[in-house]
Amino acid sequence: MAGNNPNSKPMNLTLKVWRQKNSQAAGTLETYQIKDISPEMSFLEMMDVLNEDLLLKGIDPVAFDHDCREGICGMCSLYINGRAHGPERGTTTCQLHMRKFSDGDTITIEPWRAGPFPVLKDLCTDRSALDRIQQAGGYISVNTGGVPDANEIPIPKNIADKAFDAATCIQCGACVAACKNGSAMLFTSAKVSQLAMLPQGKVERKTRVENMVAQMDKEGFGACTNIGSCAAECPVGISLENIAMLNREYINASFTSENV
Amino acid sequence: MILDSKIPEGPLAEKWDKHKFNVKLVNPANKRKYDIIVVGTGLAGASAAATLAELGYNVKAFCYQDSPRRAHSIAAQGGINAAKNYQNDGDSVYRLFYDTIKGGDYRAREANVYRLAQVSVNIIDQCVAQGVPFAREYGGLLANRSFGGAQVSRTFYARGQTGQQLLLGAYSALNRQIAYGKVKMYPRTEMLDLVMVDGKARGIVTRHLITGKIESHSAHAVILATGGYGNVFFLSTNAMGSNTTAIWRAHKKGALFANPCFTQIHPTCIPVSGGYQSKLTLMSESLRNDGRVWVPKAVGDNRPADQIPEDERDYFLERKYPSFGNLVPRDVASRNAKLACDEGRGVGTTKLAVYLDFADAIKREGLDKISQKYGNLFEMYAKITGENPYEQPMRIYPAVHYTMGGLWVDYNLMTTVPGLYATGECNFSDHGANRLGASALMQGLADGYFVIPYTIGDYLAQNPTTRVETTHPAFKEAEAKVQADVNRLLSINGTRTVDDFHKALGLLMWDYCGMARNAEGLQYAKQEIRKLRDEFWRDVKILGVNEELNVTLEKAGRVADFLELGELMVEDALNRNESCGGHFREEYQTPENEALRDDENYTYVAAWEYTGINQQPVLHKEELKFENVKLTQRSYK
Amino acid sequence: MSWFSKTFSSSIGRKLVVAVTGLFLCSFLVVHLIGNLQLFKSDGGASFNIYSHFMATNPIIRTMEIVLLLGFVFHIYQSLYLNRKNNSVRKVPYAYNRPQDNSNWSSRSMGLLGTVILLFLIIHLYNFFWRARFGEPNMIDIEGTGYDDLYSVVVQSFQLWWYVLIYVVAQIALGLHLYHGFSSAFHTLGLNHKKYTPAIQKFGAFFSIVVPAGFASMPLYFFIQGLLN
Repeated sequence: MAGNNPNSKPMNLTLKVWRQKNSQAAGTLETYQIKDISPEMSFLEMMDVLNEDLLLKGIDPVAFDHDCREGICGMCSLYINGRAHGPERGTTTCQLHMRKFSDGDTITIEPWRAGPFPVLKDLCTDRSALDRIQQAGGYISVNTGGVPDANEIPIPKNIADKAFDAATCIQCGACVAACKNGSAMLFTSAKVSQLAMLPQGKVERKTRVENMVAQMDKEGFGACTNIGSCAAECPVGISLENIAMLNREYINASFTSENV
Repeated sequence: MILDSKIPEGPLAEKWDKHKFNVKLVNPANKRKYDIIVVGTGLAGASAAATLAELGYNVKAFCYQDSPRRAHSIAAQGGINAAKNYQNDGDSVYRLFYDTIKGGDYRAREANVYRLAQVSVNIIDQCVAQGVPFAREYGGLLANRSFGGAQVSRTFYARGQTGQQLLLGAYSALNRQIAYGKVKMYPRTEMLDLVMVDGKARGIVTRHLITGKIESHSAHAVILATGGYGNVFFLSTNAMGSNTTAIWRAHKKGALFANPCFTQIHPTCIPVSGGYQSKLTLMSESLRNDGRVWVPKAVGDNRPADQIPEDERDYFLERKYPSFGNLVPRDVASRNAKLACDEGRGVGTTKLAVYLDFADAIKREGLDKISQKYGNLFEMYAKITGENPYEQPMRIYPAVHYTMGGLWVDYNLMTTVPGLYATGECNFSDHGANRLGASALMQGLADGYFVIPYTIGDYLAQNPTTRVETTHPAFKEAEAKVQADVNRLLSINGTRTVDDFHKALGLLMWDYCGMARNAEGLQYAKQEIRKLRDEFWRDVKILGVNEELNVTLEKAGRVADFLELGELMVEDALNRNESCGGHFREEYQTPENEALRDDENYTYVAAWEYTGINQQPVLHKEELKFENVKLTQRSYK
Repeated sequence: MSWFSKTFSSSIGRKLVVAVTGLFLCSFLVVHLIGNLQLFKSDGGASFNIYSHFMATNPIIRTMEIVLLLGFVFHIYQSLYLNRKNNSVRKVPYAYNRPQDNSNWSSRSMGLLGTVILLFLIIHLYNFFWRARFGEPNMIDIEGTGYDDLYSVVVQSFQLWWYVLIYVVAQIALGLHLYHGFSSAFHTLGLNHKKYTPAIQKFGAFFSIVVPAGFASMPLYFFIQGLLN
């Protein structure tokens, strides 16, 4: 039953899926055939169908991360046919629909690959490194209560809008996955620029950027070489400009902060 | 059991201030001797965990996701209400209070709601100080919009992702405390039982979702902030992992469950397209500000939208509710869409949808303006459906979105289990029988930032700092029980998948305990749920072992709880012989098909006590006293 | 660790070194190109030989030579360091990868392009710089003063087709290297602005075509002339 396009024909597909028992085990690509996939399905619904099928055959279902399935929680990942979040730009895997594929296609599905994102099982990876970068300084140090009235801090609309653009990062890690260097600069830069642009965040801007960059390096992410794959694959369109801003913030902080 | 709501004495406007003065304080030097467990890291959980850690308590925070920032608060789109009256349009704390009480169809507690309206203003200040990028005017001050039928512009928003931005604010505060070592974060960890020692909540038992390790955590108090249970319907706008397990297991340990049948059905969701559908996607109801809802006048009209002339269209909301039009509250909009579809006037191939049409708005304001306002929502719709909403009307249908019911809590947000608190969506407290738009975010943050930090101190100050070791028999017993449950699930080795059972349950709930209910259907559903539950425990198929990332096992545990909760929801819906808010009993309606309340007999909170599987739960009533507002029939004509 | 070494051992600090030295090397390219344009003067190589002599003996130029050498050393060292580190991040490669859908080949291949340029540099230095500085001079007389006739060395070298080919290939590599490197250096320095970045990018593209084309024109010019004669 198709929702809106009565002519959409079901598809048969070949899936090559990365299977790996746990973080210690070696993994391999397994091939599965899957039938009668509606083009109206989301990619993850197609994975659900595969899993139901596997389960009934007594094969361990494929583990993959997902939660909100609305493109906002950032939990879904998947490297689909050589692209982070699949072939459609500006789209998370959960928002990718099967109408983007054709009957008879072979689809290769791999986990994010980067040293700081170890595979936990099949397509699930551990992205806690990103949390630790945030913990290193991705906040404004205010306690609950005792803050000024919200309208006491006017913020020019264009600044607020730019800060917002940076704040839309969903922490999915596609930037790292797509980057040849496995760099987390786009991710780190989004938070650094958001807070550096806002008057509330300027107070701690130097210490923040120093600490976040130090943590980013410590986690073992690669260095940015301005290739731009990250921004091209970012499902929410975080701009490369943020990386320039991070560089500027970092250089400025390194030479002028009082942290020796 | 007598339900004591502990509402402070005195005039409504002074209750909270008085109460804050009267609560006992924990000596600053003693705060570090108390441990608090917070389960769930959405708005209510993250804000509570961060704030309590700032105060000096030791906090352990748990979430099933891989990062606290992924909790489903993140998906809220529209906005957050606050009685700031920045727009000078007549808003006030009292008006927000009044609107919330009325919107909830007079089934919420006055004192709680008033407090919510009071602290709403502090929330905005707090979030701005954290760097939350709310929408602003050109002068640099905060922008507001009118939302969900409110007559004033009191909603603060951050494009179509207010939930994400607020959650990232709370997440950043939480991160700061994690970095300080005051919060210990346990991601990918699921609470599977509550542990009580001497009649008080003293800890939880968890399962680590990667290693399967079953572990105990002890504390002086436990806060559940685990969100709603809308996934009992299988299809809802909740995240795939959203579940009832934490509150259900607490319920089984003695926490009463209040108004479980109060479910909110959101009118503007993308319709179901097929049986494989895994979840439903909501589109912000801000769309109703400019979109016009209609269906063909004639039954069985199969023409495409653009071929149906203007005079053959029925703009049913505008027709029935001239003064509110397309902006009637959610329950009213949802029910009318269902009515239109029931009459056979639904659209699309499934006939379970109505049109939301922007043609007039685009004509009036221009494509650019509409695209500025709703661009991201239109894009999302196009991505999911493959249709262009600029050219043809959207198709929408109601979907389960929010559950007003939850664990019963008193004014301090404490459940009937001493030391066990429930905040945010998982409690029942503030929205009555229907929640207003942009109020969920408000409640989550109010509870976490500004209520629980005061009220929990009162409890802790009256309890010794002595810690309970996790070697205590109560912990060992709970661990053994959890292990036994897991083993039982793994040993069934049946033939039907977990999703299969979940879908069957969801269908029963949607058909008989969804947008419209009746006694006969509910009776039937109750029988069927019991049967389904028996079958589940006989025939569910789960592979693998506990000591691994076992997604099927996780889901099975959650569905097992849904299969019990579903029955309680049906029970509650059967008991409430009236229609109010999201609870619409077909037997109780006005001639115009509006909800007909029975204030004389049902102005109470139905709080249910668990008595055992397949046993009749015991109903406890908390009478609701309305001293400040007059109960009226809601009218949006 | 001192703040200084901490800064320059961070990923951004190292990139900063690559960017600053890269831009410095760009300025060298300009000077080198302008100087070498004297090869095209139809005076039998007199100006070029005088210029070469000046370059080899002037104390300021000699000092700058050391700075230039350091520029190369830092540029190459930090690039190699980062390249090695970056290559080690993804231990298991993707079985199926389509980077061409999200980025330019040149941006992804800076290491390869740099290596090609480095190999060329070694050949280039050995044939001209080494020869001029340490080789047996072939003195000629220009207006009463004796100069080493480097011009003839250049002309002779560029009669060999394979040698010209090496030059042309190397200049293509340089062009691609600059195409990414020029604007990327500004990005790394944090110099990004709505008003100026588009201009920088355009100039970078212009620079990456004109400079290598200028260099490549020399061997091609002498090779074609050789064919015509």
